[in-house]
Amino acid sequence: MIQGIDYAAVAPPLILAVAAIGLLLADAFDVPRRVLGLLSGAAVAVALAAAVPLAFGDRRATFCVPAGLRGDGPPSCSYVADQFTMVFQIIVLAAALVVVLLSLREITDSRIPAGEFHFLLLAAVVGALTLVAARDLILLVVALETLSLPVFALVALRRYDGVASEAAIKLFLVSVVSAAVMLFGVSLVYGATGAMHLDRIAPALENLPGTLDPVAGAGIVLVLVGFGFKVAAVPFHFWAPDVYQGAPLPVAAFLSVVSKAAGFAGFAIVLSLGFPAYGHIWGPVVGVIAALTMTLGNLMALRQGTAIRLLAWSSIAQSGYMLAPLAVGANRLPEAVAATTAYMALYAVMNLGAFAVVIGFRRRLGAVGGWDSLADYQGLGRRSPAVAAALAFFLICLAGLPPGVMGLFAKVVVFRATVAGGVTWLAVIMALNTVIGLYYYLKWAVRLFGEPSGPAYATAVPGLPLRVVVAVTAAGAIVLSVAPQIVLQAVTSVT
Amino acid sequence: MMAIPLLGALALLLPAGRFLPGETAVRRFGLGVSGATLLVAVSAVTAFDFGDPARMQLEIDRSWSPAIGLRFHLGMDGISLPLVLLTALLTFLCFVHTIKHPPAGGRTRLLTALLLVLEVGLLGTFTALDLVLFFVFFEVVLIPMYAIIAIWGGANRRPAATKFILYTLLGSGLLLVGMLLVGVQAGTLDMTVLADRHGEGLTRGVQITAFLLMGLGFAIKAPMWPLHTWLPAAHTEAPTVGSVLLAGTLLKMGTYGIIRIALPATPEGAVFWAPWLGLFAVVGIVYGALACLAQTDLKRMIAYSSVGHMGFVLLGIATLTPVGVNAALFGNVAHGLITGLLFFLAGSVKDRYGTGDLRELGGGMLTTAPRLAGVLTFASVASLGLPGLAGFWGEMLALLGAYRPNGDLPRGVFLAFMVAGALGALLTAAYFLRMLAKITHGPPPASVPDGAGRVSAYEYAAWTPLIALTLLVGLWPKTLLDVTTGPVRALFGGG
Repeated sequence: MIQGIDYAAVAPPLILAVAAIGLLLADAFDVPRRVLGLLSGAAVAVALAAAVPLAFGDRRATFCVPAGLRGDGPPSCSYVADQFTMVFQIIVLAAALVVVLLSLREITDSRIPAGEFHFLLLAAVVGALTLVAARDLILLVVALETLSLPVFALVALRRYDGVASEAAIKLFLVSVVSAAVMLFGVSLVYGATGAMHLDRIAPALENLPGTLDPVAGAGIVLVLVGFGFKVAAVPFHFWAPDVYQGAPLPVAAFLSVVSKAAGFAGFAIVLSLGFPAYGHIWGPVVGVIAALTMTLGNLMALRQGTAIRLLAWSSIAQSGYMLAPLAVGANRLPEAVAATTAYMALYAVMNLGAFAVVIGFRRRLGAVGGWDSLADYQGLGRRSPAVAAALAFFLICLAGLPPGVMGLFAKVVVFRATVAGGVTWLAVIMALNTVIGLYYYLKWAVRLFGEPSGPAYATAVPGLPLRVVVAVTAAGAIVLSVAPQIVLQAVTSVT
Repeated sequence: MMAIPLLGALALLLPAGRFLPGETAVRRFGLGVSGATLLVAVSAVTAFDFGDPARMQLEIDRSWSPAIGLRFHLGMDGISLPLVLLTALLTFLCFVHTIKHPPAGGRTRLLTALLLVLEVGLLGTFTALDLVLFFVFFEVVLIPMYAIIAIWGGANRRPAATKFILYTLLGSGLLLVGMLLVGVQAGTLDMTVLADRHGEGLTRGVQITAFLLMGLGFAIKAPMWPLHTWLPAAHTEAPTVGSVLLAGTLLKMGTYGIIRIALPATPEGAVFWAPWLGLFAVVGIVYGALACLAQTDLKRMIAYSSVGHMGFVLLGIATLTPVGVNAALFGNVAHGLITGLLFFLAGSVKDRYGTGDLRELGGGMLTTAPRLAGVLTFASVASLGLPGLAGFWGEMLALLGAYRPNGDLPRGVFLAFMVAGALGALLTAAYFLRMLAKITHGPPPASVPDGAGRVSAYEYAAWTPLIALTLLVGLWPKTLLDVTTGPVRALFGGG
């Protein structure tokens, strides 16, 4: 049977998929690196342009079960472009654009093959875009793998670097194991409910015979493992620090924002659309995972000596904050999903900003080798006050203190949803964690303005794209700090 | 009112070359801005309808972020008015003091900006009528105070500043959870509505938990024994203006918060925890006094005396009677005036003699620097609670409140608290007299620094208003009590 496809709905991933193949071909015909980078950025921008009108339009759905096969059931569409999807697609695309800009110089410096890099990056973005739109378990798994596979290769692109290869292997192994576990979970859920589409699973779970209860419960928890890996939640987190360190820095930024956004969207989709009936099972599980994730992430971040590993662990801790609202189970779930989404959107801005400065600064270090330790940031404020001020602002935002009002509101929203769902104990743990978090963010921020120590590095100005990224993210952070309601309103109205 | 210091602080972000070149100009600018703020505050007092101090007046109420029910709601009543005035006055006096006596460490521009931001946060905290807004302002003061201690502080400034910010952030984290618990369960974030309800719609369990969380948050700020350990370090290391504002106004945020939010919103929780609050308050009084007896550093001694004085304030609150809470508010203002003055004096002593150590200072200051010693004697006597000066009424009324606590509270326990508190008051007298005996009386040391006896006009300008007000509210306590009594009665539900 031939089915109509709503091409407008699938436009963003489709554009990128075509562009990815085009870039690979162009590379084969020796198109210069610069042009490739620009093309790749342009493709993401076009996809973003295609996504924005969708966000304001009506809900679109495609790849539905045909009327003849549907029976009495719901329409069961696999790909849905509703406003929730579009919010996440826009976050993903905007972040991807930033990553492309960040990577332009890195590709040259690290002798990374440009064609492959952009192809893999765009392919991964396609996966992320599909993941946030997927509404059945098969498509979710396929999209998750589309997102994961290119990333292994991206991490390993610096072929001469042993650390990168090791990181890639680690990522690969963890990913494969978690994918297998997740597939097993999917099969259990399918076995119990006889459905793959989330809008069919949800009613089926409500009327499940008692004997199948443990099967469905186990299946659900196992499905969560797959997403837990994507967002680097404890105990599936240990790939993150090594991979962030080994990977080219833009790829680390990609992992910590794009890939994580997709993971959280996946969490929200399956939990709120598919499994609300089992909130009493996954709610506490998510709560414990969130508590462990933020605590371990923060404690480990305390001990880090290099900027990138600190960001890695802090990004794990931030995952914990984002997971926390979902611990409410079925109790006021929409509010919780809105909180997670808002936090994700705000986090994307501040974290990308911090990564941009770290990448830019690393360039200034030149090819000294090794990783820039936090001590290298000592006195950055004297040499380039603007950059230092921007980084300090991002760090304060991540810590969630005024003047980083943006981060403060992100925390308030998350706390609020958690408390509203009746998980006060988790909110208290979160409160303790913000203190630990503040310590290392602040220590780093203070170093920036301390007396310079050690050798003065060449103060080569980082490339134009990097400066643009730092300026844009800093401007975004300031605007959102003055008017955090922009994001909060947008998110609440769609979820 | 808050707009002025905020604009002033923003103006200082302008490049130094183009806007207000030179240190003196910046100092004058700060003086002008804070003076204007003080004028606005004074004009607010004239606009205030003293016939009905229980009503919220001069309100601003705008919707800020309807998505999370956040409103930009400010207003003043008899409880906040004195504190607003105190804040504006102390900040202004700090600038007066800075004109001639800038703290070592330079960077006047930054200091001015930070002080102004600090003022914004303080004023906002004392006028906010929305829980989240209150929290935002509560947090605004952290970073400026941290920076003031960390940049212009004494030898051990870094650890002191870190301790300060970590402690207080821990407090605010718990505070946030508690406030959101109240807000979510009651369905509103508006403090006036919450106060009118007197805990209606909140179960006993929620009230007890929420009061504990909020109480801990405020108690760290206040600070209540045993959560006070950040205070002596922060006070000792902070520069004069930092100590003055820290003691004079920052600590008040804690006790103000308990009175404004925790008591009216969760009355049952307050009844449950009041004996504990009283116990810790009394321990704080006695402990503070004993610790003072053992101090050799002038600033450290005043810091510990703050612990004791805030103990009286907390004891007043713990009685849960209009008399006690009035005493607390009175004690707040009196402590702000007197301790502000004491820290100014301690700063002047340190400036002249280069040390705050009681043993090194030697005696005989009344002969070598008669004016300075005279004012110091006055401030100490006021602080130890001599009748006729401001310090007396707060302590006396608090003890009186403990004699006749709220009917729901165990009276015997509070009688014991009263006795212990009175003992603490005696010890307070003991350590202040010991301090005076050591440095103002006795034979002068062999060498006295040049110019120790001279007092500059700016110092007089900073001290005189405080001395005058101490006398005023000491001799006519009615001026202050009239303003606070109305709203305090309203707080306890009519009567």
